[in-house]
Amino acid sequence: MKLITTIVRPDRLAEVKAALFRAGVTGITLTRVSGHGGEQEIVEQYRGTTVVMEFHEKVKIEMACSEPFVQPCIDAILSSARTGEVGDGKIFVQPIERVIRIRTGEVDNAALTAVNADAVQREALKHVQHAGAGAGAGEEES
Amino acid sequence: MNAAISAGDTAWVLTATALVMVMTVGLAFFYGGLVRPKNALNTMMMSVVALGLISVQWVLFGYSIAFGHGSPLWGGLAWLGFRGVGVDPDPAYAATIPLQAHAMFQLMFAIITPALISGAIVERMRFRAYVVFLLLWATFIYDPLAHWVWGAGGWLQKLGALDFAGGTVVHISAGVSALVAARMLGARRDFKRTAIVPHNVPLVLLGAGLLWFGWFGFNAGSALAANGLAALAFTNTNTAAAMALVTWACLDLVRTGKITAVGAATGLVVGLVGITPAAGYITAPASLAVGALAALVSYTAIQIRATTRLDDSLDVFSCHGLAGTAGAMLTGVFATKLANPAGGDGWLAGNFAQMGVQLVAVLATVALAALGTAVILTIVKATVGIKADVRAQLRGLDLSEHGEEAYFGEQGAIAGPGTALGESVVVSAVATEPLGAPATG
Repeated sequence: MKLITTIVRPDRLAEVKAALFRAGVTGITLTRVSGHGGEQEIVEQYRGTTVVMEFHEKVKIEMACSEPFVQPCIDAILSSARTGEVGDGKIFVQPIERVIRIRTGEVDNAALTAVNADAVQREALKHVQHAGAGAGAGEEES
Repeated sequence: MNAAISAGDTAWVLTATALVMVMTVGLAFFYGGLVRPKNALNTMMMSVVALGLISVQWVLFGYSIAFGHGSPLWGGLAWLGFRGVGVDPDPAYAATIPLQAHAMFQLMFAIITPALISGAIVERMRFRAYVVFLLLWATFIYDPLAHWVWGAGGWLQKLGALDFAGGTVVHISAGVSALVAARMLGARRDFKRTAIVPHNVPLVLLGAGLLWFGWFGFNAGSALAANGLAALAFTNTNTAAAMALVTWACLDLVRTGKITAVGAATGLVVGLVGITPAAGYITAPASLAVGALAALVSYTAIQIRATTRLDDSLDVFSCHGLAGTAGAMLTGVFATKLANPAGGDGWLAGNFAQMGVQLVAVLATVALAALGTAVILTIVKATVGIKADVRAQLRGLDLSEHGEEAYFGEQGAIAGPGTALGESVVVSAVATEPLGAPATG
């Protein structure tokens, strides 16, 4: 089990979410965050005041994955969040010690399996077949 | 009904009165949008409270001091409590409208003028101190000044100073008082420490729009009749505001490469300020020049102010004091009897002496406003206490002064005092049967 934390551009959120759902990762948590990286700073002018916005708006997505889902999840994020410009974000992968589902008390992998796991899996498989070899590679980015 | 009363004139002046009333509401939005969210209500209340306080003051004694037939220096106390201010016209002001219509029209000017000052002292002045200041300033500065320029027998009027709708009385007096107040009060705690930017620019645009709308009443209504002079003032008002907006946008574009919304809002207001004294005395082409020059003066002043330690927070001095001065002096340049036979001639019409008269009017206004404000603030400081302490400034004056928030649960620093995380508890509501909760007994 891994906790995958990724920081992406807010304007890529819709694509990232779609890619994750296609990869079968449906349990995600979003947070609006501000961060500083290598991006150029935004300058705003209000009358005589010039403001340099040092922090950029980003979205942080957290998801706990069982092992078979870790690599597809990473591939999905890479293919959907990348623009090639500085500021695309990061993916952090950390081990998880325990997971407990509050509703049932299930633990670990059982707690991570989506309630509608079968439906999700069917959907994910369909997309893998459509995209051909290399799951997640060459997403529909237009 | 008095036979001299004109239905058309009265209808227009009463309409204009309502238009000018809306300006103070517009000012509340204009200023409210320019401050930070934790001070939005406090800033807006500084305008709103004037609608209440000055209206009461006006009926009790304000109108008498400003417009009574007293000496050249003040109107006296003959009209206390509106005694003698009835529906009959007073030819000294307007022969065709009820005196009460004149009184109500002038009231709206008396309300917005001190409210303009509030832009210089936002986010740090105790509200109770502001209210006392408002009352004293209206009584001891605005009312006498209005008498000097517009009152029957006022000395600046006798001198021949041209001020159509209040460039000196309203804008220079408010602008100069704002400068003095900002200096005496000192800067906000966060001034030059963190970036302080407008929290709601759409509100600023809404306010600027209402100001423009109301200003038609302010200037065209100052004709005190529904006639050609009102149409002239209306035309000049719109033209100057438009020209100043365009000029400001061009200056923004040259300086930063972008045209800003706050700049457009500020520019149009500055154009309106500039045209105020001139509206009924100059031709439409001249109003283009007034709009452009007022914007240029004000824009430059704002850039310079931003490099100083002076925390005239919303640039009241640059926008009203300087643009008002530019307007007053440009009235002396462009005034012509071709536009208004009952007005006067200025420099370009061959009467250079008018420039001197305008200068005297400006200097007299500056002197009264600066000295008066300094004295009043010294008194308020010594008695009521004037500045919100650092803790109150950090929490925001909405909470510390009013005990409410413009945006519930979102104010203050992150997790600072007063931040509502999760659900709040209603203390004053009557306890009812909890919905959907398991019964306890």
